[in-house]
Amino acid sequence: MHYALCLMLFMIGLYGVMVKRNLIKIIISLIIMESAVNLFLVMIGYRKDGIAPIMTKGMEAGTFAARAVDPVPQALVLTAIVIGLGVTAMTIAIAMRLYERYGTYDIKEMRKLKG
Amino acid sequence: MLEMMGLLLLFMIIAAIVAIETRDILAAIISVTAVGFGVIIAFFYMRAPDVAIVPIVVEVLVLVILIRATLRVGLKTFVGNRDFFGMMVTMAMLFVIFLAAIRAFNDLPTFGEPVITRMMDAPSRLYIANGLKETGAANIVTAVLLDYRAYDTLGEATVLFTSIIGAIAVIRRKARKKPSEPEVGEWEE
Repeated sequence: MHYALCLMLFMIGLYGVMVKRNLIKIIISLIIMESAVNLFLVMIGYRKDGIAPIMTKGMEAGTFAARAVDPVPQALVLTAIVIGLGVTAMTIAIAMRLYERYGTYDIKEMRKLKG
Repeated sequence: MLEMMGLLLLFMIIAAIVAIETRDILAAIISVTAVGFGVIIAFFYMRAPDVAIVPIVVEVLVLVILIRATLRVGLKTFVGNRDFFGMMVTMAMLFVIFLAAIRAFNDLPTFGEPVITRMMDAPSRLYIANGLKETGAANIVTAVLLDYRAYDTLGEATVLFTSIIGAIAVIRRKARKKPSEPEVGEWEE
């Protein structure tokens, strides 16, 4: 059920990337897809009634191992989020350059002007 | 708890639809930030506080950059989508991807029972059991990030700096500015 909703969020983003004409809308759709994938990866590691993978004082190692959620997806999603910021900044820079060149964000107009 | 997760996901889906379908570009940008903050709250529900703190900064930065990109673009909106044949191909592709995803659902573990509950020799188990002893970090996510998989973090920093250099190289007007020329602060003519 939750995975299906996550997939729906991803599909909305994919639809936006494939269908929209405005370059800014395409970038927004990319950001939505990114969020959906990150959320999905963290959801895979979730354990029911789990606790955050942080040792606190006076906690036994056995109960910690039995209840902590999976730390590896969380660490990798942390990496992916930062890389996503880099990708977004790069795409927006290219979009701004294209606007400067063609005077529009409409990808149809860009195609017409360039031939 | 699970109901709250479902409601949050529904909120994110609605915000995503608004972000993609609205005519007003500023409303679209703010809606996409709403999706991002929904993801952050979901991370807190998923017991991932480390992952939840970083995207707050990221979302605000993305908001600022997107508004900067659309600041002087007039209110001209384009109605309609791409051409008809392209739409058909797009819909067919979306459908194929959707079917593939539905098939993949069968192999997923059920929500709330991750792989570490079934696999006895999963690496996550070792990290949770020996993390404090081996690395001295009480936070296992930090232990994975900075000790067990430190090369990933090094690669992440490399990618980040490369993308910043790329963005500067793309945005910059001239390779070298002559001192007599006016200040290049405007990217729009």
